Amino acid sequence: MADPITPSPEQALTPAQLRAVRTQGGLGALAFILSTSLPEIYSAALEGGELVIRTHRDRLLPLMQMLRDDPRFKFEQLMDVCGVDFPQRPERFDVVYNLLSVTKNLRARVIVTADESRPVPSVHGLWPCATWWERECFDLFGVLFSGQPDLRRILTDYGFEGYPLRKDFPLTGYTEVRYDIERRQIVHEPVTLKQDFRDFDFVSPWEGILTLPGDEKAHEIRQIMKPLK
Amino acid sequence: MTDDRTAATAEAVQESEILPGASVLDTDVPESLMPEKVAEATVERRTVEIDSHALNFGPQHPSAHGVLRLVLEMEGEVVARAVPHIGLLHRGTEKLIEYKTYQKALPYFDRLDYVSPMCEEHAFALATEKLLGIEPPERGKWIRVIFAEITRILNHILNLTAMGLDCGAVTPALWGYEEREKLMEFHEGVSGARFHANYFRVGGVSRDMPAGMEEKIAKWAEEFPAWIDDLESLLTENRIWKQRTVGIGVFTSEQALAWGFSGPCLRGSGVPWDLRRSQPYDNYDKVQFNVPVARHGDCYDRYLVRVAEMRESVKIIRQGLEQIRPGPVKVQDPKFSPPPRAEMKRSMEALIHHFKLYTEGYHVPPGATYTAVETPKGEFGVYLVADGSNRPYRCKIRPTGFSHLQAIDELSRRTMLADTVAIIGSLDLVFGEVDR
Repeated sequence: MADPITPSPEQALTPAQLRAVRTQGGLGALAFILSTSLPEIYSAALEGGELVIRTHRDRLLPLMQMLRDDPRFKFEQLMDVCGVDFPQRPERFDVVYNLLSVTKNLRARVIVTADESRPVPSVHGLWPCATWWERECFDLFGVLFSGQPDLRRILTDYGFEGYPLRKDFPLTGYTEVRYDIERRQIVHEPVTLKQDFRDFDFVSPWEGILTLPGDEKAHEIRQIMKPLK
Repeated sequence: MTDDRTAATAEAVQESEILPGASVLDTDVPESLMPEKVAEATVERRTVEIDSHALNFGPQHPSAHGVLRLVLEMEGEVVARAVPHIGLLHRGTEKLIEYKTYQKALPYFDRLDYVSPMCEEHAFALATEKLLGIEPPERGKWIRVIFAEITRILNHILNLTAMGLDCGAVTPALWGYEEREKLMEFHEGVSGARFHANYFRVGGVSRDMPAGMEEKIAKWAEEFPAWIDDLESLLTENRIWKQRTVGIGVFTSEQALAWGFSGPCLRGSGVPWDLRRSQPYDNYDKVQFNVPVARHGDCYDRYLVRVAEMRESVKIIRQGLEQIRPGPVKVQDPKFSPPPRAEMKRSMEALIHHFKLYTEGYHVPPGATYTAVETPKGEFGVYLVADGSNRPYRCKIRPTGFSHLQAIDELSRRTMLADTVAIIGSLDLVFGEVDR
């Protein structure tokens, strides 16, 4: 991967690398503008060659407005809104907005955090396509969007309860659906598993666990967790 | 007074019908049918001529292209509001992927857009490669490009002919299936499966093309443009086809951008944007091709863009076949790709690698990426969050049809019911992908 800060001589690079360097240079400049000119942005940086902007959800709308309308950014398209769940954090959800500028040929990612009760402002006024993405995020994670007039479930079944993409939602779900031939209707029943749900952990013990059973003493010495007496 | 108004409206309707080339439908609609006017008229006249009613379009309707339930609020024959209900094919793919290793997650992508399976695999393979920091060898990249383009033609044939079928043209579908069969033989030849290929891998493709495949594809690429001409002779200048599609479902560039359109639907609205050109991946920067763009943004233009794209795909396939050279097809690192079968039978190391790869898989360093590819339908993206373990922490799939379908209310407002069918056909929806 080409280093964006110290680009090597241009003739040494393939066209694809050259383009990558230029794009990354452009993105780096944008990241610098964003992180220095706007106080409300937590961070704007290149992560793995992609521009990532983190901000507070209360400041989301002005930022998005600027990203869409400012001629320096021109992100005309909102390609995707999605949630990511980190249950161990106080604000457990990341809401990720993937933006695309077709005039500048750039992508950016805006990330805000949220929890179950505090809503994220809706961006459907800026991009009408946000409605369904926000509905999806609400449906699968239970993230609330304020100002969204149509916050209904979208992907899950009619009458579904729970938020399936949360990490604490089991893969098998809670109810199952079948057609009851005698009652001649669809019935919802609690899930019955013929065998317990098996979640194999193939992670190698030599890489996953530092201390194998029986090796405690050796590891204590090696890691200086307990000083020798 | 009441009679006068009715008469005036009737006259207006007749006039607008006479107008040559009148394509914008709001002039065709009598004023009394506008939603706000209906309520007014009811109060004033106490008679309701045409009742507004809801119509369930699908989920079993053949023109719904799968399990789309479209609740249409009709005013007579005119669509006042279209409310899509989706999720009838929701299988929880994203949740399932979180419980699988990266390698086992890949086949799920075939099942998303089952009409263009290899392009979807491509997105996930590229995203994982980006996080791993590996790059497939040159031959692997070329095979991917060739098969992504074969898949594109496969998809466009089905879409165009099915759209023709929706509008009453049966012959293209019959011809198209024959042509698709040839392409699916290529799929079968390399992967063993006609639809759910599971051919692309993180770091290349699963195996090399069998002997003689390149010649077969080259021969087909010579013959195929004649088939496109045949298809065009059936549709492009066909009077009925043009009546059904020209001026129907018009979307301007601004609307298309705001509604998150991509692919042929965006190019049909006059935005020259193709990820293969502007953000090339694999070997797309080593081939020459044009990006067809149309200006009017109606169903007919989307059709034209797809037809032109098939011709460009054939060009790309030809160039790929010219430039492809023998060599490895996947990363030569036993941590990411399994050892050859023969070696596995003899070498202990190879056996261990094989076992580890198919049980534990590989660990992807922590990070996140949004990687998008130009699938036949448009931008298909994967937002992949890795936490350093052997499973994706989160794999968000950005389906193409999701934003296209969302705009159907806007696209089909004040159109006739039959035009809604043409619009659905022109958006190229596959519900495996929309519902995930």
